[in-house]
Amino acid sequence: MAKLAGVAIEVDDLRKSYGSLEAVRGISFTVADGEVFALLGPNGAGKTTTVEILEGFRSRDGGRVSVLGFDPAKGERRLKEQMGIVLQTTGVDPYLTVAETVDMFRGYYPKPRPRDEVLGLVGLEDKSDSRVTKLSGGQRRRLDVAIALAGDPQVLFLDEPTTGFDPGARRAAWEVIKGLKSLGKTIFLTSHSMDEVQFLADRVVIIAAGKIAAQGTPETLAGRQQATTTIRFRIPASVTLPETLRPGARLDGDSIELETKDPTRALYELTSWAVQAAVSLEGISVTQPSLEDVYLDITKESAGAPA
Amino acid sequence: MSDIKLALRQIWYINKALVRNPASLFFTLIFPLMFLVIFSVVFGNGHFLVAPGRTVRVATFYVPSIAAFSVINSCYTNIAMSLSFSRDSGALKRIHGSPLPVWSYMLARILHAVLIAILLVVICAAFGALVYGATLPTSTLPAFALTLVVGAAVFSALGVAVTAVIPNADAAPAVVNGTILPLLFISNVFIPLENPSGWIDVVGKIFPVRHFADALVGSFFQLSGSGLHTNDLLVLGAWGVAGVVLGVRFFQWEPRT
Repeated sequence: MAKLAGVAIEVDDLRKSYGSLEAVRGISFTVADGEVFALLGPNGAGKTTTVEILEGFRSRDGGRVSVLGFDPAKGERRLKEQMGIVLQTTGVDPYLTVAETVDMFRGYYPKPRPRDEVLGLVGLEDKSDSRVTKLSGGQRRRLDVAIALAGDPQVLFLDEPTTGFDPGARRAAWEVIKGLKSLGKTIFLTSHSMDEVQFLADRVVIIAAGKIAAQGTPETLAGRQQATTTIRFRIPASVTLPETLRPGARLDGDSIELETKDPTRALYELTSWAVQAAVSLEGISVTQPSLEDVYLDITKESAGAPA
Repeated sequence: MSDIKLALRQIWYINKALVRNPASLFFTLIFPLMFLVIFSVVFGNGHFLVAPGRTVRVATFYVPSIAAFSVINSCYTNIAMSLSFSRDSGALKRIHGSPLPVWSYMLARILHAVLIAILLVVICAAFGALVYGATLPTSTLPAFALTLVVGAAVFSALGVAVTAVIPNADAAPAVVNGTILPLLFISNVFIPLENPSGWIDVVGKIFPVRHFADALVGSFFQLSGSGLHTNDLLVLGAWGVAGVVLGVRFFQWEPRT
């Protein structure tokens, strides 16, 4: 299988069952070179199965998979030399130092990235001589990323990289990943955090019950930008809305919620009426459904489907 | 870097991790000496008549028995346990996802265990000679060294193979001790059995522990001849081959829960 220009990962009709359970039921997608690609889905959706097939840890039952032009199931060394993997579990020798650990892994690769650069990328320069036992949880996770970067890989797999991080550590990790993208690396990310995906991903695939439920950019996923926009505001009880704005409006406590598919026109009509009538629109807000709303909607629909 | 060089480099890291864990290092090294002292105190260290007019101290027989035990402990028990723990921690999976060849990694772990085993045997023999007057091998030294290396390699291979039936690290001590301790008791290691009764004799002859113990004791002290126990070594070799074949076929990189 030759590598197609511009394509880092190709998955076509991927299938995998465990006994009678069909974990992955015909998934297809493509990841471009240099892209940050996010695979989302609830627990048990087939996320980890898919990632581990791409990483070469699991076999598949059907379909075609290509990572940098290689079939990962064959476990070829030339592919492993170009892949960096951050697993959910760590498994680093606690008695070695950070520098020794990174050097140990650097030695496995033909063209490793210099150790100081690797530690710089993940912000562990100061911990170089610390033993792994002395690191905090967040620092260990960064060491995981450092190990994955040791061989200067083309493709990086990050399986829930910031689970259990405090907000500061999470933000720092995101900056690291952004930095890797700017180096031209292809990044395959799985996550439970919608903020993370929103911040990092160029493209998102949501899987549920072993199938692709939606895909797109974080901004346009599932027609998010065309979805209903909600305009919320408060007006004095003595004032009534004009006829044209009444459809789609409802009272929520002392606020009015206006749902519209055409927010530009609705806002124009609302504000020009308010200015003319000298009514103050208090606490006005305009919201689109968040990525999380879209995600919950999609995965809720799919949860009803037979497993 | 060549794959052999990668293995040697890996040994350096394995050893560094051991040396940095003082409790582990101390008990690893002191282990055979504790047994040597206990044997000599409990069973005595008198003069044993081996030929008309020739006696040796009884420690001459304790030393190779404890050497056999040390090799089995360092290779079979330690490899099986530490591989199980590495598998549970995710370290094995991580190695599996890296370009380090599987056999370089296994070779490193096995060679490290063999080197530790040899070191323990040297410590045990030196202590036995200096403190308890044990007679060290001279003309049978080549046979002793060969037996030692063959045994260490065979029990390492079996230590790797047995991890296939160890589901997770919690189960490792039970499985490892359950497979090796009974054999140690019926295989002339802890207790020399003069005339073992029926089934004990049969079991001892099937499994590799007694063959190793007999070959090691027989090549440590021998009045004449090379001390080489070819038949025992052949049985050991067969177990070694079986260990490698089963290990390669059934090795698991991830724990089962």
